[in-house]
Amino acid sequence: MEIKAEDNGASPDQQRKLANKKLGFKLLWIVAGSIAFSIALVPLYDVLCTLTGLNGKTKTTASVISNTKVDESRWVTVQFTSNVMPGLGWNFHPKQSSIRLHPGKIQTVLFEAKNITSQVVAGQAVPSVSPGVASIYFKKIECFCFVRQELQPGETKLMPLRFFVSTDLPSDVSEMTLSYAFFSADKQ
Amino acid sequence: MSTTTVAHHDEHADHPTGIMRWLTTTNHKDIGTMYLTFSLIMFLVGGSMILGIRAELFQPGLQLMNPDFFNQLIGVHALIMIFAALMPAATGFANWMIPLQIGAPDMALPRLNNWGFWLLPPSAILLTLPFILALFGIGDGALATGWTFYPPLSIQGGFGVDFAIFAVHLLGISSVLGSINIIVTLYNMRAPGMTLMKMPLFAWGWLITAFLLIATIPVLAGAVTMLLTDRHFGTHFFDAAGGGDPVMFQHLFWFFGHPEVYILLLPVWGFIPQILQTFSRKPVYGYKAQVYSFWAIGALAVVVWAHHFFTAGLPVPALLYFMYSTMAISLPLAVLFFCWIKTMWKGSMSFETPMLFTVGWIILFGIGGLTGLVLADVAADAQYHNSYFVVAHFHYTLFAGGIMGIMAGVYYWLPKMTGHMYNEKLGKTHFWLTAISFNMTFIPQFFLGLAGMPRRIPDYALQFAEFNMISSISAFVLGLSQLLFVYIIITCVRGGKKATDQVWEGAEGLEWTLSSPPPYHSFAEQPVIK
Repeated sequence: MEIKAEDNGASPDQQRKLANKKLGFKLLWIVAGSIAFSIALVPLYDVLCTLTGLNGKTKTTASVISNTKVDESRWVTVQFTSNVMPGLGWNFHPKQSSIRLHPGKIQTVLFEAKNITSQVVAGQAVPSVSPGVASIYFKKIECFCFVRQELQPGETKLMPLRFFVSTDLPSDVSEMTLSYAFFSADKQ
Repeated sequence: MSTTTVAHHDEHADHPTGIMRWLTTTNHKDIGTMYLTFSLIMFLVGGSMILGIRAELFQPGLQLMNPDFFNQLIGVHALIMIFAALMPAATGFANWMIPLQIGAPDMALPRLNNWGFWLLPPSAILLTLPFILALFGIGDGALATGWTFYPPLSIQGGFGVDFAIFAVHLLGISSVLGSINIIVTLYNMRAPGMTLMKMPLFAWGWLITAFLLIATIPVLAGAVTMLLTDRHFGTHFFDAAGGGDPVMFQHLFWFFGHPEVYILLLPVWGFIPQILQTFSRKPVYGYKAQVYSFWAIGALAVVVWAHHFFTAGLPVPALLYFMYSTMAISLPLAVLFFCWIKTMWKGSMSFETPMLFTVGWIILFGIGGLTGLVLADVAADAQYHNSYFVVAHFHYTLFAGGIMGIMAGVYYWLPKMTGHMYNEKLGKTHFWLTAISFNMTFIPQFFLGLAGMPRRIPDYALQFAEFNMISSISAFVLGLSQLLFVYIIITCVRGGKKATDQVWEGAEGLEWTLSSPPPYHSFAEQPVIK
């Protein structure tokens, strides 16, 4: 960059130093911007995954039934699997391993959880649908995963899930798996 | 510091002597020398670590070390080679050569420059200290996650992970400072008449590298900081139990990690054409095309990151996008290859050591690039992912494409920097030893990967034994050959045939108009470019 000699009577050398400092500080804004970007990616990632169903994420709130039409021309199989993560002293499994249904038809399935410890324990279930593209068509009306669940020592509880599969489900998907991972929700 | 400031305006090289000269220096040549020396030392440290690995892999079964120590060596080897050997070498050249090439008296922000360098030794200590502490029974050694820090493993690891996180913070600050300095130098300090499109390609390569660095290093710093708070302060960024997602770390890490590859390579792509020009005695072919290709690669570098984890369960549209965008990078890269070859075409070539390294570099880096295309294919990657094929591929790009390129630069500029010619015969011997043993080390690893041998595992099935044995023996030859490199450099610094100002018959550019070695303060009066 050309240095103008007549500014403020400062020597060209001093002016150049000032210009260097100025540009240096300007570049720090890029650094600040990318730090902000890396932090912003955390909520952005979550929003993107929930909106598009990438990564198998499903909504954590109840869906509203907008269309009660049942597409009786297709069958879809939904399989259920369950995991209990380390740190949670529960047994947890679905009462039925899979269900065959028409898109649009509302179904209820039950999961059974048992607290095998001698303490009151709280857990939180995190759902995931595979294949990921199907997850936004999997609509939960009522789910035990919307809130924290608490079990008394030795208590067994049946946990219901009411859901339907949207009739918009892409035609190449005929099978999907809903997986629940139960995490300990006690404050450590 | 006042003495150095005075010295700045003084014609005489009057600076503190002894250790204080190096601690307080703001001179770009001194700082460049420190960067290069540091890089060479860490290259040997990182190299000896991997020789430990190759010794263990010499035979199937566990002979020398437990798997945990094996994993620690692998992770720290990578971090040291990338952050403490390759990057400082490129920054060292930038410090030495950019002011000389653009006719500037020094770097724009000399004190920042000094600070940028002196952050490096503490971070190298942070990386290696856990090994030493473990010898005294403190802690369980360095990070054992590989250089990628993937959670949940990195959340469970010992304090070696914390040491590495803080080392990455320091290294990150160092390279951000260095990059700001280089950008300001290139924008504000060019000699009158030197427009951006007249800058030497090395300066161009570094300008784009520096922008990539300041845009992506903070993302890595952010990601490892989240890891730190996950480990110690009860956050759940990457912990699924608290609603976090471990795959998000992979996105954050590789958003930095892929541009990092080009950060390591762009400075080399910058000076390779200059070497070709010198020893082909022909002007650089396609200067503009090369500059635009640099920009294109720099821009594409930040939008292709997910090809590092195709197998993590990405949806098909994302896989397709990342596959096509990754493959698109090969187009500007092909332009570069074409320009390099065309620069040599019908030139009156001679094969001094820098040229040998450069021509070898073009071939080997070409293999690295082409095997990368194989990995960029989603369908093929499912088989090659995390196999030795990947290891061989990125060593062709980073050892051949990075370190052998840097070596070409060392031989090219060493006479200018020291004022002495190096021993040409030994230099050529070093090239042939390096090139042959490098190929003998990594070609077997392509076969091992195709046959299904996973990386980062200390033991392997019997059918992999022969190839591993060849690879291990060659790795030791490769490692020991580098002692010859150190010997050549030391003898060249201490004496030898006097180098002329131009050094090479075909050399062109401002740095070759100065004496060899250049005066402590060069270009006090800026040259005018017509």
